Amino acid sequence: MAAGPARRALPLILPSLLFMTALFLLPLITGVAQAFRGPDGLTTGYLRRMVDDPYFWQAARNTALLIVVLIPLQFALALAMALLLRERPRLAGLHFYIWVIPLAISDLAAGLVWLSIFTDRGYLNSVLDAAGISPYAWLSFQHPATMFLAVVIAELWRATSLVFVIVVAGMQGVPRDYDEAAAVFGASYWQRVRHVLLPQLRPSLQVALILRTILALEAFAVAQALTGRNFPLLVGETYQWYTALQNPNVATAVALVVLLLSVVAAVGYLRLMRHGPEPGR
Amino acid sequence: MAAVVIENLVKTYPSGHRRATDDVTLEVSDGEFLVLVGPSGCGKTTLLRMVAGLETPDAGTVRIGERDVTRLPARHRSLSMVFQSYAIFPHMTVRQNIGFGLTMAKVPRDEWASRVARAAGLLNLGDQLDRHPAQLSGGQRQRVAVARAIVVNADVLLMDEPLSNLDALLRMQFRAELKRIVARLGTTTLYVTHDQAEAMSLGDRVAVMREGSIAQLGTPMEVYDRPAQRFVGGFLGTPPMNFFDAVVAPDGHADHDKPVRLTAGDRVIPGPARLSGWAGRPVTVGVRAENIEVSLQDGPGRSHAEVEVAEPTGAAMLLTVRWGGDELKVLAPAAFPARPGDRVWLGMPEHALRCFDPETSLAL
Repeated sequence: MAAGPARRALPLILPSLLFMTALFLLPLITGVAQAFRGPDGLTTGYLRRMVDDPYFWQAARNTALLIVVLIPLQFALALAMALLLRERPRLAGLHFYIWVIPLAISDLAAGLVWLSIFTDRGYLNSVLDAAGISPYAWLSFQHPATMFLAVVIAELWRATSLVFVIVVAGMQGVPRDYDEAAAVFGASYWQRVRHVLLPQLRPSLQVALILRTILALEAFAVAQALTGRNFPLLVGETYQWYTALQNPNVATAVALVVLLLSVVAAVGYLRLMRHGPEPGR
Repeated sequence: MAAVVIENLVKTYPSGHRRATDDVTLEVSDGEFLVLVGPSGCGKTTLLRMVAGLETPDAGTVRIGERDVTRLPARHRSLSMVFQSYAIFPHMTVRQNIGFGLTMAKVPRDEWASRVARAAGLLNLGDQLDRHPAQLSGGQRQRVAVARAIVVNADVLLMDEPLSNLDALLRMQFRAELKRIVARLGTTTLYVTHDQAEAMSLGDRVAVMREGSIAQLGTPMEVYDRPAQRFVGGFLGTPPMNFFDAVVAPDGHADHDKPVRLTAGDRVIPGPARLSGWAGRPVTVGVRAENIEVSLQDGPGRSHAEVEVAEPTGAAMLLTVRWGGDELKVLAPAAFPARPGDRVWLGMPEHALRCFDPETSLAL
């Protein structure tokens, strides 16, 4: 009985299966294999070459640093923005759209915009100059702190709106009655946010956290535009190995590291946030 | 515990074209159970929310006890509230929900536990304390919402249609239970409902609201028996009051003690003596279905009518009769042998008649 429907279903899903195999599964397998297969069969040579490259560790460190600094800032900012919007200010719809604009801008374009601000003869230095303060080489290799800061600011501007949109959507799902009930029973604004709103936003925050971490692992274009290779990131290294150094094998190895980190992060978050009572259900 | 004094409260919503509450003045005495009742959109919930501090009035004051709380945020008003949607927190256990107000007030742990246990016991929630709201039935969630409201010993208890999401049977049961609990606590209570039966059964006094103002305020029996406006008579009671147009016969002038005669089409019935100054003018007469005497024989003061519909309700027989040009609802004894098409005779005792000015709809 069970075999019948299955056999009849097979021809129906066969086109999709072939399609997925040809365009997704096979490239994935050859891609992974590329990192381990040299001219003389299987090898760990590419992996070794990757870890022997001083840029790799610098890129790994920078990527980690960016995630650790950027994500808490983005969540704090996005929550603050969403809370402000929740107070229903005048022109709330307009504020929302303005805050969401960065979502629609490609990251390379965003990087170039910020480059025109931070570069030696950029807008920021022009303003400083006009104010009588001597200009500063923000993106210079000699000033790693301001270089990092510039990347953080640009990424903050570019990617906070994603978290913001998710948080706003989540907040709209929390009925106002809860807030009002908490207020009647003596909760201050922060107590209401902490004890009533945030716990109910947990599913949204979880989604935003996973998405943002994976996207931060993939961050590349903004830093590339602002600093070139002075502030290497993991995905930037993939690009470097592939185009400048013409070595697709090592490039694949670096890409696999990014993939692995993404999966570990996603699973880690899901595990971490599963504790405590399930809201709803 | 404290009285609530509402003075000249005005509120217009930004989107509204008329006032949600229009210069409402109302006093809820210390320990009183006052019900605000009215059709949807009459401003009763807006009024309650202004007392709660969830809406800001455009003008007027709210005082709780000696304090003017008009500009005070909700959390400083020392009140508690039961919401129509219950609004119990889905991420907290029943225990945490009930104790929420005590947690916010930083009540010491021993006292916290004993008060939560007492409130839970009062509402039969003892076995549910470690569950989450999602695991409870609608009736149990309602109980949690009430327990959360009574555990804090607030000066004033506000309830916004707390029973409207329960099914009919549960609503009746819980209504009586609620009355018992609130009576035992003795808290000043302001209760909003659109259900007139609920208002009648619960309130020490009932304020009937219409279009942003209070149409009548009184004990349940006062507003039921002596509606001050045609609207009140038509809103309270199942079935609502019957109304028909009549003219005061022009002969009863000057003598204030003598009953007057009312003519409605070709029917003539005795009317209340206080209408003697109204001779020759039209009135709207209101009479409750249970106050009409129905009989199978003619008699003094009776006029005939034809039965159109007979609905047995178990406890009584509800007749819809055609009486001249008017249709009336009449409550007859359960065993009354009437069928559609039968002729019956109606008697309307003059003391049961309520007369209204047809122009203002106010009682005369």
